[in-house]
Amino acid sequence: MTGPVLWFFVVSGVRMATPLLLAALGGIYAERSGVINIGLEGLMLAGAFTAAVVTHAVHQPWLGLAAAAAAGMAGALLLAVASIRCGADQVVSGAAINIFFAGLLPLLSGALFSSTGATPPLAQGEQLPRAPVVLAFALVPLTAYVLRRTRFGLRLRAAGENPAAAAAAGIGVARLRYAAVLISGALAALGGAYLSIGQSSQYTRNMTAGRGFIALAALIGGDRRPLPTMLACLFFGLAEAISIQLQGAVRLPGQLVQLLPYVLTLVVAAGFIGRSRPPAALGVPLTDGGGDSR
Amino acid sequence: MLAALAAGALLIAAVGDDPVAVYGLLLGSALSWPDGIGYTLFYATPLVFTGLAVAVAFRAGLFNIGAEGQLYVAAFATAWIGVAGAGLPGWLLAPLAWLTAAAAGAAWGAVPGVLKARFGAHEVITTIMLNFIAVGLAAYLAETRFRQPGDAILETAPIAAGARVARLGQLLPGLPSRIPLNLAFLAALAACALVYLLLWRTRWGYELRATGASPEAAAYGGIAGGRVVVAAMAISGALAGGVAINDVLGYRYRYYHGFSAGYGFTGIAVALLGRNHPAGVLLAALLFGAMERGGLFVGIFSDHVSRDLVLVLQGLMILAVAMQRRRWAPTTPTMPATPATPETPETPETPETPEIIAAQEPSGR
Repeated sequence: MTGPVLWFFVVSGVRMATPLLLAALGGIYAERSGVINIGLEGLMLAGAFTAAVVTHAVHQPWLGLAAAAAAGMAGALLLAVASIRCGADQVVSGAAINIFFAGLLPLLSGALFSSTGATPPLAQGEQLPRAPVVLAFALVPLTAYVLRRTRFGLRLRAAGENPAAAAAAGIGVARLRYAAVLISGALAALGGAYLSIGQSSQYTRNMTAGRGFIALAALIGGDRRPLPTMLACLFFGLAEAISIQLQGAVRLPGQLVQLLPYVLTLVVAAGFIGRSRPPAALGVPLTDGGGDSR
Repeated sequence: MLAALAAGALLIAAVGDDPVAVYGLLLGSALSWPDGIGYTLFYATPLVFTGLAVAVAFRAGLFNIGAEGQLYVAAFATAWIGVAGAGLPGWLLAPLAWLTAAAAGAAWGAVPGVLKARFGAHEVITTIMLNFIAVGLAAYLAETRFRQPGDAILETAPIAAGARVARLGQLLPGLPSRIPLNLAFLAALAACALVYLLLWRTRWGYELRATGASPEAAAYGGIAGGRVVVAAMAISGALAGGVAINDVLGYRYRYYHGFSAGYGFTGIAVALLGRNHPAGVLLAALLFGAMERGGLFVGIFSDHVSRDLVLVLQGLMILAVAMQRRRWAPTTPTMPATPATPETPETPETPETPEIIAAQEPSGR
């Protein structure tokens, strides 16, 4: 493989990895605090929609990005209230969030733009093709630092590993989990926003296409640690970049090549995920006392 | 449930339509005779199958998001048998096609079961990936191998007449046979009864529920958890395959790409709303079938609201039910941890005090 071709794959792999990485980093915060966020997919979609709509309306992509983060936090609040305050099953409420947004966004885009399929395309120069990429990769060392070295990070991990002991030590476990889930919503939405105003110039129906779940696979494969998770995201991003380039270039038909990232996720899930160790209280609602491990 | 409807009403008002009119349209178009009710039952049929599929997996402690992929594989395989078996007599082809639907769904469903039992791969991730793979494979095969020359639509050739399932309109006087409600609806009712008998009246069903309630305790009691996981996923997939009977054998008489209106995902909502019990699943499927039918009319006849309203309502309903289920549970922080494993949705089937069981009965709908 020649230099420029290799460089091309690296660059497009990094681009494809960016939305995954943002969502996966968000997922790390939630999961380390003890909350599974299956709703990443729906929150990403909410971010993609909000960013496109706000940018289209005010012609300021940065405002679009900020609005997306706010929308993601609002959506995540729904999940947080259900799973933390009411003790609902986290996987179930996350799945409900996905269904809710899968319906809400086309409904809103239909009501706003008379099209349930897409929002109007942005004008030239109103995209943010680079900033989210930089942000995503800058957040990797930052997240590692926050989790490992700050008081917030230590308490967050305590909430995920042994909420009963953390509560006994005077830590507000519920409040920490709220914060973590809200962060995950904001980051997932930023990942979605990159899809609509970074990689392309409009929101289209279901444009996340399962990336929220691939992000989930990446963070589990990366053992919920920022650096390995980033590598997993790059792996998936590269797979996607290659599968896009292979379409038409090889004898295999496009439909089959497109499946490559999904097959790889499946293989990774089978090969690595079984060995990663989740936080002890992951998925256990607070009312159960928590702390039951496998 | 009322809260979900109220939130939906707010949303309808927010986008500029009249909530009362929209809900009236939703209900009125779903319950008229014969078209409304006929179509409601027709739309409910696949949801009974997928709801049961998700519920059986749930009872075993598994979250099967893969019903969508399982029903795609089943539909394609069923259509393939229906086309390839054109030379067979009807008495042989029909049961063969039904069997194919169940077997293909079971095979695709067993894959995440094996991946979980053998490698510990989380079924939420594997089933979703298998969804994408199933839909992609079916599209590829339909396009390259089974498409009729010159057909602009991505679909296979029609199945043989012998494999077709009769419409209820041909059997029942008073029901026009233009309504595609077919024998698959009766099969769905039978599947409800069968799932009930299997889970609550057999030793094997007890093992499945025990594994779902507490894998450790079940393993301690001598139940092979891995086998239960694989078998539960296979049964789950077979049930999802029932959708193929309704759609391929009873409605379109061919595999049509994109035939599923997200039945597998709606099945999750149906199972959750039906509290993972066959009777509840049936009721929830009827409700969602009515919403599906009504949603179509809402999309066409209201000014701003699209049929996506139905998804919004479904998401809100699941959320409401999930929150409600726990509100009545004991809230003492020092309560001994129920033997729930991380990452597996727990199903309340452990021996519990009568009050808790009573609290889990459907209420406030």
